[in-house]
Amino acid sequence: MIERQWCKKIINKYRLYRAIRQDLLSFSRYCSKGGIFIYERRTTGSGGAPIPDIIEATGLEKTFGKITAVNGISFAVKKGEVFGFLGPNGAGKTSTMKIIACVSPRTSGSLKVFGLDPDVSPAEIKQRLGVVPQETNLDPDFTCYGNLFTYSRYFDLPPDVAHQKAEELLKFVQLEEKRDVTVEKLSGGMKRRLILARALVNNPDLLILDEPTIGLDPQARHLIWERLKLLQDQGNTIVLTTHYLDEAARLCDRLVIMDNGNILVEGSPEELVKEYVGNEIVEVNKTEEVLSCLQRENIPFEVIGDTIQVATESSREVAKILFDNCTPQNVMTRPATLEDVFLKLTGRKLRD
Amino acid sequence: MQQFWSVPPITRRAWKVWHRNLQVFFRTWQVNFFPPLIEAFLYLFAIGLGIGSYVKEIDGIPYVNFIAPAILAISVMNSAFFECTYGSYVRMYYQKSFDAMIATPLSIEDVIAGELLWGATRSMLYIIIMLPVLAAFGVISLPLSLFAIPLAFLGGLMFAGIAMCFTAITPSIDTLNYPSFLLITPMALFSGTFFPITLLPVLFQYIALAFPLTHLVAIMRMLTLPALSPELLFHMVWILVVTAVFCTIAINLMRRRLII
Repeated sequence: MIERQWCKKIINKYRLYRAIRQDLLSFSRYCSKGGIFIYERRTTGSGGAPIPDIIEATGLEKTFGKITAVNGISFAVKKGEVFGFLGPNGAGKTSTMKIIACVSPRTSGSLKVFGLDPDVSPAEIKQRLGVVPQETNLDPDFTCYGNLFTYSRYFDLPPDVAHQKAEELLKFVQLEEKRDVTVEKLSGGMKRRLILARALVNNPDLLILDEPTIGLDPQARHLIWERLKLLQDQGNTIVLTTHYLDEAARLCDRLVIMDNGNILVEGSPEELVKEYVGNEIVEVNKTEEVLSCLQRENIPFEVIGDTIQVATESSREVAKILFDNCTPQNVMTRPATLEDVFLKLTGRKLRD
Repeated sequence: MQQFWSVPPITRRAWKVWHRNLQVFFRTWQVNFFPPLIEAFLYLFAIGLGIGSYVKEIDGIPYVNFIAPAILAISVMNSAFFECTYGSYVRMYYQKSFDAMIATPLSIEDVIAGELLWGATRSMLYIIIMLPVLAAFGVISLPLSLFAIPLAFLGGLMFAGIAMCFTAITPSIDTLNYPSFLLITPMALFSGTFFPITLLPVLFQYIALAFPLTHLVAIMRMLTLPALSPELLFHMVWILVVTAVFCTIAINLMRRRLII
């Protein structure tokens, strides 16, 4: 048996190289289970045919009366990847999640989950799904253990398997000590962790997370991220929505940014930042002098409140120009983030 | 309109929802077992012995024996009705339990069917608890009264279906008070429960015949006196038809409410 630590090292080392990542998945699955390593190329199926996408949506549309929540979007989620849906409130993320999770019928368009149509075989699809909803809907009539055990029954797990699974998952989300506590006595973070555990009772092939870390403190968020990473390493496919752009940048292999029911862009976090903002951001206090100076130097900029932002490939050059010609105050440079992309694409106007 | 009448696709998974509710019921059995016991005693003493000491007999039947089946029938109605109005509404709206369940292979039809089956089961459990009390007072006949147990399930299912229709259309938990006071209370009083409906003015006799409880009380009384008659068949068919209609509408209304 290979040393656990050795496994970890290899995985961490090669995680950055996207090209071989798919192969790495099967390796990490071996590591996590300590079983026999079967080398399988995950980009192709057994017969060399490409593995069909886990989710394939084309022209997906959802309307509520006259309101269009999802406006004919198309996307595909590959096996083993973490796919994010970002967007302001009311962008259509949750509607999309509900359609994928087979609890809300689509108005039009085509959708295949595991190659099946949610309108035709919802039970078969849901048998292989794990869902973390936005709203906490744990069963207050049961303990932590009871919640997991009762939920396993809905997936037809035999009692002994359900029992073992419940104990295992309580450990996985670090709630062993709360095993026999009713869920009402749990903190917000503990509830979210228990919901994550509940979503895993059926060993899902696809995890759907709607705002998994909403309202959590940094400790709890980090624990959930760590667990999600672990799940991904085990080969799970994860679809998530989030408002936290650092979360998206950290977790997602690919993501889409949605607004008003449409997909604005799609790509990996790095690609999107590079394409839509650049490498770095220079921030400087807004003064008349700097404003006219930047205009004179022909440098594109954006004014946000009393700050001027300059997106650039080289912050050093911009800073130099500023210092040499404009007598700026409080110059700060920082790497460009997904948040910059997000605000650039969806605007700064407040949503409700 | 047509959507209210379509036959809902229910699978055996509905029993999982039933199982969940049963488990909660037995986990908090102390609070669940006493009401039916107390209820049986209260009715027997207050109405049976209190009013009974003046009334003595109705149609040659001792008054306590006359109302004993009514106590059972009212209990069937109340336990199923309140379980599938307030109980189901709390699980649906406040606990979001239905949302959690339909994220699993359960469909909304399975969930509501499970709730209805549970409402009926609860009625049956109450009757199982009350029967020994009434038997101990010697106001019901055995063994024929044991048929009250399966009858309680059927009657419970009928009231569960009616209740679930209200739950499906109620805007808030407060408005569930209307069916309780405008339907359940009058039914408990005027369905041939504490006096024969023949004492009512003719017009009201016809209205009373439209009350589901009237038919349940009638069968229940035939069993406990005992006084079987061919009319039993008529009442039975009436209950079966009403049960099927309301349960179907309830499930379809609930799907309309929850699947958007």
